[in-house]
Amino acid sequence: MSPEKLARMANQIATFFRAQPAEDRAALVAKHLNDFWEPRMRRQLLDLVQAGHADLDPLVVEAAGRMRAPA
Amino acid sequence: MKDFVIPWDDADKGTPAKTGAPVTLTVDGIAVTVPEGTSVMRAAAEAGIQVPKLCATDSLEAFGSCRLCVVEIEGRRGTPASCTTPVADGMVVHTQTDKVAKLRRGVMELYISDHPLDCLTCAANGDCELQDMAGMVGLRDVRYGYEGENHVFARAGGEANARYLPKDESNPYFTYDPSKCIVCSRCVRACEEVQGTFALTIEGRGFDSRVSAGMAGDDFLTSECVSCGACVQACPTATLQEKSTVELGTPDRKVVTTCAYCGVGCSFEAQLNGDRLVRMVPWKHGKANRGHSCVKGRFAYGYAEHPDRILNPMIRESIDQPWREVSWEEAVGFAAGRLRSIQETHGRQAIGGITSSRCTNEETYLVQKMIRAVFGNNNTDTCARVCHSPTGYGLKTTFGTSAGTQDFDSVEASDVVVVIGANPTDGHPVFGSRLKKRLRQGAKLIVIDPRRIDLVRTPHVEAAHHLPLRPGTNVAVLTAMAHVIVTEGLVDEEFVASRCDTEAFEDWAAFVAEERNSPEATEALTGVPAAELRAAARLYATGGNGAIYYGLGVTEHSQGSTTVMAIANLAMATGNIGRPGVGVNPLRGQNNVQGSCDMGSFPHELPGYRHVSDDAAREVFEKIWGAKIDAEPGLRIPNMLDAAVSGEFKGIYIQGEDILQSDPDTRHVAAGLAAMDCVIVHDLFLNETANYAHVFLPGSTFLEKDGTFTNAERRINRVRRVMAPKNGYADWEVTLLLANAMGADWDYTHPSEIMEEIAATTPSFAGVTYALLEEKGSVQWPCNAARPEGSPVMHAESFANGKGRFMVTEYVATEERTGPRFPLLLTTGRILSQYNVGAQTRRTANTVWHQEDVLEIHPHDAEVRGVREGDWVKIASRKGETSLRAHLTDRVAPGVVYTTFHHPDTQANVVTTDYSDWATNCPEYKVTAVQVAPSNGPTEWQRDYAEQAGRARRILPAAE
Repeated sequence: MSPEKLARMANQIATFFRAQPAEDRAALVAKHLNDFWEPRMRRQLLDLVQAGHADLDPLVVEAAGRMRAPA
Repeated sequence: MKDFVIPWDDADKGTPAKTGAPVTLTVDGIAVTVPEGTSVMRAAAEAGIQVPKLCATDSLEAFGSCRLCVVEIEGRRGTPASCTTPVADGMVVHTQTDKVAKLRRGVMELYISDHPLDCLTCAANGDCELQDMAGMVGLRDVRYGYEGENHVFARAGGEANARYLPKDESNPYFTYDPSKCIVCSRCVRACEEVQGTFALTIEGRGFDSRVSAGMAGDDFLTSECVSCGACVQACPTATLQEKSTVELGTPDRKVVTTCAYCGVGCSFEAQLNGDRLVRMVPWKHGKANRGHSCVKGRFAYGYAEHPDRILNPMIRESIDQPWREVSWEEAVGFAAGRLRSIQETHGRQAIGGITSSRCTNEETYLVQKMIRAVFGNNNTDTCARVCHSPTGYGLKTTFGTSAGTQDFDSVEASDVVVVIGANPTDGHPVFGSRLKKRLRQGAKLIVIDPRRIDLVRTPHVEAAHHLPLRPGTNVAVLTAMAHVIVTEGLVDEEFVASRCDTEAFEDWAAFVAEERNSPEATEALTGVPAAELRAAARLYATGGNGAIYYGLGVTEHSQGSTTVMAIANLAMATGNIGRPGVGVNPLRGQNNVQGSCDMGSFPHELPGYRHVSDDAAREVFEKIWGAKIDAEPGLRIPNMLDAAVSGEFKGIYIQGEDILQSDPDTRHVAAGLAAMDCVIVHDLFLNETANYAHVFLPGSTFLEKDGTFTNAERRINRVRRVMAPKNGYADWEVTLLLANAMGADWDYTHPSEIMEEIAATTPSFAGVTYALLEEKGSVQWPCNAARPEGSPVMHAESFANGKGRFMVTEYVATEERTGPRFPLLLTTGRILSQYNVGAQTRRTANTVWHQEDVLEIHPHDAEVRGVREGDWVKIASRKGETSLRAHLTDRVAPGVVYTTFHHPDTQANVVTTDYSDWATNCPEYKVTAVQVAPSNGPTEWQRDYAEQAGRARRILPAAE
């Protein structure tokens, strides 16, 4: 998947949870990614985060650290 | 297998059933007790006595015109019509006195004096109520002769008979023969009361009276008639007659089954001679349709015998080669070998499959089982991905269950109905008719849709409010409605306090109450006048039982899941949950969308909506399946295509879905399919996706297999085999062959065994057995120890997850924006006569109503572009362009254009984008920025596509 599309999808998720009244929004984003993203997509997202992809929502970056590491 | 006969009473009792206090009367010496309001005719029928009748039938209110059903009642003068006379306590009725017998013979004699005596060659011979009644009343002579004025003969006295009208054969499915009409008005009343179209009337008076469709000069085809067939079913003679019966003769046996078109899931009697299907007649005991149908279910089944249908398996090494017909063994062996070899080279995760929302629960269950247990991964998805996946996510988050809350009967108790992003009279016609019936009784209607759908104003129905929102602003509109409800104190505090998570409610209420969410603040964005929106919100909150029905105009957006949550919020805030007449009701697109979701088609969920990471749930299946299940979610359809383009996904088994035509961004789908080494298409026809396939496995129709479908109301209906599969195997058997070729050891011999496995593993289906379905006709899940007879209404006492959960629904604009290059918004939908990608309906006579997709454009937008009615126009988006003809109409607002996606020549999805719902990747079909310009005809892309499709469909002559 193109990095732009992956980043856009992750950012959409972050945008939804940012509006939710919760103590730990990053945990909600991480849970959504764990529950619905296939490991290869999560791996690619982690790679983007590590590479410092410019377009990622900060909440995605925060959530990435809390994501279950793909096997 | 013997015909299935349910021990239901199919007799026509003459007038509809009533509910009321018991009333006891005597009919011909037999005491009978019936509800107050029941007619004497029906009471007699309950006592086992049939009163002769012609204009009465129990699907219609009594009319009292034929005078054949007269009876004598002690203490009353004259001979009242039993159909229009209500029962009274202690009434003593005589149905067979000399006096009424003489009267009936006289009436009958008059009818027959103006009716042809061609019974033996008549299509209704043996199935004619006029014939039956002539026999029943003992008619022996017609003293008036046939020479006088009549409607029967084309010529009279050597001259043309001005009263005679020739047969109207304009409708492709039925004929209207005025010479056989007895003017009982049953057809007119069926069109009004059952269908609600009001296309028929009786024109003229007295002897000039006759049935007329539409306006003067119309025939049935040019009139507003929607060809639902209710009139044909109601007609007691051969006046309105199916052409199939004319051709094939009257049927001699019937099998009750379930329609395979939309999510209403109508029950039908397939009426046959031997294994030859003569006609489909809606089953009066069907709980979804209550004896009604639409043009698709009743008439559009001819695709099953269409010459395009592929009946032999085919393979090819690569997609540039022609197809080669092979044995089932070779085809399945070829497919299994390729899939395994892909896994050896590219890994276990490099293949997957798509289950079909058109196939049965049992078939869908098997496909996902094969993927999880035999492929060894969770790369399973279904076309619900592209339609109602946000419903699953949104309702599970708020209510705890991924399903609609009501049965269809519920609408009969609704006072206010909100229809959002759905077009029931086209997409879900039988529900549309049931809804219109309720609206004619006085229920109020609110329509939230960019387009002025028929329901906004149609005979005897007018929406109280139509909110014509700008596509993509659903969340803003619904949140503004919530703003009105909260800030004007219209919340059902008691319901919220007792049934919902109050902390979440407080957060939500504070959010929606913010000024920026008010109708006035969002008007510029949504295009909905604030005052109208406020009035609609007040009506929904205070008008009595409020029910919301919604469709893909809600889900197919970047914020599809958020919109579903916004709908659930509104229902909870107003206490419209948990009883008849209220609720949140997704109108499902395909016949078994609900079922395919229930059966674990999604890559993250096992059957019964249990996440694959749930160890206990996995263990249940691992034990029965004898295989390890991956604990990680698999790829969704769009993810599969992305992975295919990047070379990580190489093989796919697609059962009964045409993703190349139905999924967005056609070029991307084509690129994904072209990048794979093994595409297996299992379908009735060489569909568009098959242009990129290496293996074609012929499918079977719903008439050719046993199983179950689950409709939009969670109703599990039996599908019963009417004839043997023309391709040799039911679809579940084909999946079984493939799984076993890949090393499984499955030995199912009947779908009932698959249902036993589903019940054993899935708590909400625990009580479902074929025996129960035979007994009850159908059952709505959850069906288990707690609810052995199923659940018509959900969340009655508490929500599935305890407390209902309000979710904050912040509006986020889609990234698909209009601008100078693409100033218009394209939204898509469907029409009554065609279904989805049209694979079935395009291969029936339904094409007379819709031969091609057209672009609806507002006259203003057309004028500034120099586009006239019927012109070819090119529609272009950032993704692609296609051409089709324009239709100028103010049903769409300026700035909005609309089309359908039923025809592959148009390929509306060439222009749609790959933007998708944030939670589920459900594509954003409903919003695409486009430009429209005059054109000379099909685009280069369309010509290339047609050429490629032609090449890809070549089939080598079979080897000797």
